[in-house]
Amino acid sequence: MKLAINGTTQGFEGDPRTSLLDFLRRDCGLTGTKKGCDHGQCGACTVLVNGQRINSCLTLAVMHEDDEITTIEGLGTPQDMHPLQAAFVDHDGYQCGYCTPGQICSAKAMLDEAQAGWPSAVTGDLTAEAELTPEEIRERMSGNLCRCGAYSNIVDAITQVKEDAR
Amino acid sequence: MRPFDYQRPDGLDHASLLDRDGATLIAGGTNLLDLMKLQVETPETLVDINRIGLDKIEPTGEGGIRIGALVSNSTCAADPRIRADWPLLSRAILAGASGQLRNKATTGGNLCQRTRCYYFMNIDMPCNKREPGTGCSALNGRNRIHAVLGANENCIATYPGDMAVAMYALDATVEIAGPDKASRSVRVRDFHRLPGERPELDNVLEAGEVITGVTLPAPVGGTQLYRKVRERSSYAFALVSIAAALRMEEGAISRASLAFGSMAHKPWHDLRIDAALTGAKPSDALFDHVADLLLEDAEGYGENDFKIPLARRTVKAVLREATGAST
Ligand SMILES: Cc1cc2nc3c(=O)[nH]c(=O)nc-3n(C[C@H](O)[C@H](O)[C@H](O)COP(=O)(O)OP(=O)(O)OC[C@H]3O[C@@H](n4cnc5c(N)ncnc54)[C@H](O)[C@@H]3O)c2cc1C
Ligand code: SF4
Ligand code: FES
Ligand code: FES
Repeated sequence: MKLAINGTTQGFEGDPRTSLLDFLRRDCGLTGTKKGCDHGQCGACTVLVNGQRINSCLTLAVMHEDDEITTIEGLGTPQDMHPLQAAFVDHDGYQCGYCTPGQICSAKAMLDEAQAGWPSAVTGDLTAEAELTPEEIRERMSGNLCRCGAYSNIVDAITQVKEDAR
Repeated sequence: MRPFDYQRPDGLDHASLLDRDGATLIAGGTNLLDLMKLQVETPETLVDINRIGLDKIEPTGEGGIRIGALVSNSTCAADPRIRADWPLLSRAILAGASGQLRNKATTGGNLCQRTRCYYFMNIDMPCNKREPGTGCSALNGRNRIHAVLGANENCIATYPGDMAVAMYALDATVEIAGPDKASRSVRVRDFHRLPGERPELDNVLEAGEVITGVTLPAPVGGTQLYRKVRERSSYAFALVSIAAALRMEEGAISRASLAFGSMAHKPWHDLRIDAALTGAKPSDALFDHVADLLLEDAEGYGENDFKIPLARRTVKAVLREATGAST
């Protein structure tokens, strides 16, 4: 079977037990996506599948025939950074950087979700359009833990990208 | 993870055919794969139902709405019809897990999610739910997150989810397809079980049955609140949660339906509570009476004793907010 990873078609013939995360890191050499907990609890493994953010540790590669996967390597390069990558650099949105690829992939999809009008647990009026306040950003990004505690700067970086996109 | 045979049917008939022979269904995989990594679940055949359809939200003839089993939690919570007319369901879903997990979690998988009991998830420990007859390690062990209602010495685990709690308050119906094209509907309030003598069974699904969807009756309006008390303010399971749908008319409660999460082996619904509230004027005495009804048979097992006073305070706070009472 085949799946598209960062725009390139990849074949998968491996053991069906292979998580999407292990397939990306081990078989595709895409080590930007990190393994933190391997149990859906930290968000370090966040990638985009058909544009939606998911935990790649809790899904099997074999379940993604013909899906389009985007990892941090597909969002930008050191020479041509994605606006979120640039904003994380500008705002020091990390210390050790281990959670960062997951944070950035998650933030990318989170901004798209907000754009599509999706509410969150802290949205006051479910029928009105939600304004992406820092409180909203924190709630929507709660699936990405940062052991270095760079949260304030992460929120600032995302806020800047949101403002710049206006 | 143990090796398994992977199958991906393209339709429901095919799925139940495969399922009948003791296979395990996988939808979002966010609970099942977690447990397979821990070897708590060791299916020989995994049937991936992600491409069998059942992924739509459609109105029913009776003014209700039908949510397909494979609709993701994110899609359901963001659906404009659900947000406007059954906001309790959106609220409960949004209170659970994370954005990433809700994108994968499905209606059917969420209903069937297994307990978060530490011993259930650790194959080195005795557990009647995982291995009937071996004993319950939680009874005299770490049981902070465990049940205070409807439990017995066989198992004190809770059903940990949020979505279903709202579905109990909204009196939803689970639609189930069986082998040989048989199908049945079960009120969600009768879908999950208490441990009784068979703690290994979480719900009433039989081998070969597939949840096809959940139907919500016509909107009930009023104030709809989901209050979730937990160790951190996001991305954590509930210690106690309450779903409330309540309507006021001329200073009295004209309709009420409450359900309680993370307190028992199933979301808790007590008709006496809804009846006590309906027609009554909000007062502190009434709210205490409701808490009494809820907790009359409550029993703590040590570390979880705190859930009993916590539930009392939480139900009173929810009722004050839902009725606008100043008491
Ligand atoms: C870190 C973490 C935090 C979480 N926090 C919360 C929380 O706060 N609140 C909350 O409610 N949940 C929480 N969850 C649980 C999450 O909601 C569930 O894992 C999810 O809803 C399960 O859905 P799924 O589609 O991924 O199910 P799967 O993992 O695919 O399946 C779960 C079970 O359901 C069965 N099943 C699936 N679909 C069907 C069907 N159509 N018919 C019959 N059987 C079926 C499967 O065979 C399996 O036994 C959390 C999970 C994680 C990992
Ligand atoms: S509470 Fe239930 S799930 Fe937990 S150890 Fe006891 S029997 Fe097992
Ligand atoms: S590695 Fe996937 S969520 Fe932690
Ligand atoms: S920067 Fe170190 S974990 Fe987030």
